[in-house]
Amino acid sequence: MDYSQFLYMREELSLLLVILILFVADLFMCPDKKSGKGVYNTALPVVLMSVLTIVNLLPCCGAQACEAFGGMYQYAPMMTIVKSVLNIGVILVFLMAHGWLSRPENKVKQGEFYIVTLFTLLGMYFMISSGHFLMFFIGLELASVPMCALIAFDKYRYESAEAGAKYILLALFSSALLLYGISFIYGGTGSLYFSQIGALLSGNSLLSLLGLTLFLAGMGFKISLVPFHLWTADTYEGAPTVVTSYLSVVSKGSAAFVLFTVLIKVFSVGQLFTDWNIGLFWIIIASITIANLFALRQKNLKRFMAFSAISQAGYLVLGAMGGTAQGMTAMVFYLLVYLVANFGAFAVINVVEQNSGKLGIADYNNLYQTNPKLAFLMTLCLFSLAGIPPFAGFFSKFFIFMAAFNAGFRLLVFIALVNTIISLYYYLLIVKAMYISPNDQPIPTFRSDNYSRAALIICLLGVVLLGIAGWVYNYIDTLSYGLDTIL
Amino acid sequence: MIQIEYFLIVAAVMMFAGIFGFLTRRSTLAILLSIELMLNATDINFAVFNRLMYPAGHEGYFFSLFSIAISAAESAIAIAIMINIYRQMKDISIDKLQKLKW
Repeated sequence: MDYSQFLYMREELSLLLVILILFVADLFMCPDKKSGKGVYNTALPVVLMSVLTIVNLLPCCGAQACEAFGGMYQYAPMMTIVKSVLNIGVILVFLMAHGWLSRPENKVKQGEFYIVTLFTLLGMYFMISSGHFLMFFIGLELASVPMCALIAFDKYRYESAEAGAKYILLALFSSALLLYGISFIYGGTGSLYFSQIGALLSGNSLLSLLGLTLFLAGMGFKISLVPFHLWTADTYEGAPTVVTSYLSVVSKGSAAFVLFTVLIKVFSVGQLFTDWNIGLFWIIIASITIANLFALRQKNLKRFMAFSAISQAGYLVLGAMGGTAQGMTAMVFYLLVYLVANFGAFAVINVVEQNSGKLGIADYNNLYQTNPKLAFLMTLCLFSLAGIPPFAGFFSKFFIFMAAFNAGFRLLVFIALVNTIISLYYYLLIVKAMYISPNDQPIPTFRSDNYSRAALIICLLGVVLLGIAGWVYNYIDTLSYGLDTIL
Repeated sequence: MIQIEYFLIVAAVMMFAGIFGFLTRRSTLAILLSIELMLNATDINFAVFNRLMYPAGHEGYFFSLFSIAISAAESAIAIAIMINIYRQMKDISIDKLQKLKW
């Protein structure tokens, strides 16, 4: 066996190294018994993840598209970009988690939080780079099983456990359906390699259609698209806020990218191509519209963000329509912009929750008076999520619409545009609450910790600058691939 | 030799029994058992397709093995979460899991 092919997996292996370092550090850096102060601070994992991201992005070791282990592991330069975007998300999660993890009940569990989070990230890495359904399935489960542990992380809070139970039962159900679909694909073709299945699947056999449908259902659960979204609001509300933000961006984004690559690699022969386009067409319309309508009536900010995230996932998957290279660029860029905007909003929600324990939208009334900077940052992030021009969200939405329009889905783009206007209404409701609505007892003025501030500043810079910095989009564009331009 | 259809019918019956159980049972442990039934149905599918249709390789067998291991890990976490719920509510019926809704 040629051991040098392990080098193709350098991103996964270096992440594993980070996990091992943190694991050993956790042994020696447990909280001080006398003062009870967490010695194991946030800096170490954040620095390690930043180093990992920079090393991955260095152009000197930029590899070509390649395969390892007989095609079970496939690599394309685009995957480095996606993995780095996910890394940025994880760094922001760690920064935001500082205040929450230094609480007395969580102090002893700091190391666990970092390691379990990084294991889900490792699963997403494998899922992104998989070239075989077994690798794909193991990656998917490695991403979702530790996630349940993260959701139920607040051991003494009932909501957290209930959210975890709801997530894991539905995750198991959807992965069983997904497996049933994969078994029929195997029965129809006799292979599980993406590269071989593409050629072997006869376009209009019932087995392959069954496989495709169940695959879409399984991935739809992970991305929380509409017919499979019922867990989302409950889980987002019950989970710790930091984990909610992780679920809503990183887990969702990786699954959307995998959906795109598997659809173009495996399910794009003959009639099947039309089939999945029709399926996604209705799923996207349902996701965007229904999530928007439900978001209008929410009173709890985390539930509100859950429905907003479902609707944003609809826009994200819009990039997959037609399976074009332009769509992939738009999807990855959208993911990056959505990441900074959503993490910005969640960082504000998180610091407010840590300092005052309030989560209702009505509690935010007149936040501007007491915490003007937080209110302003929240406004920018919500504007970016809604897609108002000077901010990055406008450009990412524009690119997504352009990609879908060029792929020939004009009706879909029109419906999505109409929904953007609806979404503007409910995002502005929160802005109105913060600036205009009177409140006798607004949330008192507080100082957030420095790590949260760092996260807030990164998000602010991202929201403002990503739209203007055109080279980001161009750089992603040079690496993207699709049905029209196979690498 | 037994025809492949019979195996697939058994698997399909198991699958839908699992789905039915998932939708109708009130105890979370019974729901977990129903999900195990669904996962086992897929394992039968993989093994049967491998044995009777593509005996040259072992992909199906390996897939079943991995899926058994993964489903065991999943049940472990699910049961841990349920113990946590039981400690706080003294009940794990899903009728009680209603604090978070709409």
